[in-house]
Amino acid sequence: MNGVTVSAKVNGDAVQYVCPPDESLLDVLRNRLNLTGVKEGCGTGDCGACSITLDGRLVCSCLVLGAEAEGREIGTVEGLSEGGKLHTLQEQFIEKAALQCGICTPGFLVAAKVLLERNSNPSEEEIRYALAGNLCRCTGYDKIVRAVQSSAKIMRRGKKASR
Amino acid sequence: MRFESPTTTKAAAALLASESGVAHVLAGGTDLLVRMKMGATEPDLVVDIKRIDSLRELKVTAAGVHIGAAVPAIMLGESDKLRGLWPGVVEAANLIGSDQIQGRCTVAGNLCNASPAADSVPALIAAGAKAVVVGTKGKRRVAVEKVVLGPGRTSLARDEFIEAIVLPARAGKSADAYLRFTPRTEMDIAVVSAAINLTLSRGIVQSAKVVLGAVAPTAVIVPAAAKALIGTKLDDAALAKMVTACEAACNPIDDKRGTIEYRTKVAGVMARRAALIAFERAGGAK
Repeated sequence: MNGVTVSAKVNGDAVQYVCPPDESLLDVLRNRLNLTGVKEGCGTGDCGACSITLDGRLVCSCLVLGAEAEGREIGTVEGLSEGGKLHTLQEQFIEKAALQCGICTPGFLVAAKVLLERNSNPSEEEIRYALAGNLCRCTGYDKIVRAVQSSAKIMRRGKKASR
Repeated sequence: MRFESPTTTKAAAALLASESGVAHVLAGGTDLLVRMKMGATEPDLVVDIKRIDSLRELKVTAAGVHIGAAVPAIMLGESDKLRGLWPGVVEAANLIGSDQIQGRCTVAGNLCNASPAADSVPALIAAGAKAVVVGTKGKRRVAVEKVVLGPGRTSLARDEFIEAIVLPARAGKSADAYLRFTPRTEMDIAVVSAAINLTLSRGIVQSAKVVLGAVAPTAVIVPAAAKALIGTKLDDAALAKMVTACEAACNPIDDKRGTIEYRTKVAGVMARRAALIAFERAGGAK
């Protein structure tokens, strides 16, 4: 099997890798680029544990081929914190105890970040719909929804303050 | 497996034509990659069509709508113009999977996957959509209902793929609606679905199209149901006649998701509700 050479950007950094043509972007990120924040749950696009952004769109990295990413911008949970400071969503997930085993958390964080970029003041219903593609077997979702709500509030306040 | 990402439709068709083994077109990949993972298909060639610029275009004009085969479903909902013209097509396309799936899946892919329960297909048929099919011999336009032959089977030749889905120009006082029944609100597959497209004239239904999903091997057009609505303001008698016609058109499977009796009954219920929504959207008043 011939390897495919790919140049892309991950969390703003240029990367290059060679992968088999049928290897998923999820496996590329974890096994070739050592970005193990992205998790494999189902491998079939049902659980959202492998959520990333591809050119700004939320997608399941298990349903993208590594070979497809040539020239694309990829965002993973590792790109959320800035200069060692956790993202508001990460802080609020800790604050509200919105995780237990943690496998689903990176996917929820990436999905929630995309939601809040699009809608700075989502209703509970909008949050639950937006996160419907992320499964959690521990929390019962309620604490995750609370964490996203409080993050949205803090981020809105931050925006006002910086104006 | 070989992975190719051509930049023209001509090159893509040539690649498909020259492969003697198993070849697949990759658009959103939300069905294909799952099938590869499950071992349901072991392609020798995958042709990614997303690098063909024209396939990434979504154009909404008075003359009609052009949805490139590589346009992710989420973009349909982001177009206020498209939502205004074809709310039923947009709500059907946006019901497919989660936000993660929406960012990748395409209506052309939904059609080519040829599932009896495909959400966008009944709405596209009701809208009178055509598929622009491209191959080594050139282009042809085919009605969407002629693409799917049965579960997992299409009428496309080896070297052919869909370049775009096009919707016709919209007459005034027209609207469509799509409803599906699922046991849960998100992340589920239709047990039964119904798409209705109506055009009104002086408050009365002038033309109608009624299409049911997941009640037969392919989506079912029900002319008798449409006929029951034409010339009416969707009074109870007209709706009852439409429901009877819908039930008569059902030929569903019997499985854990729904019995034959259940699917048949719910098909009429979905069609009735969708008709009322489309009527209201078109500006109709009872």
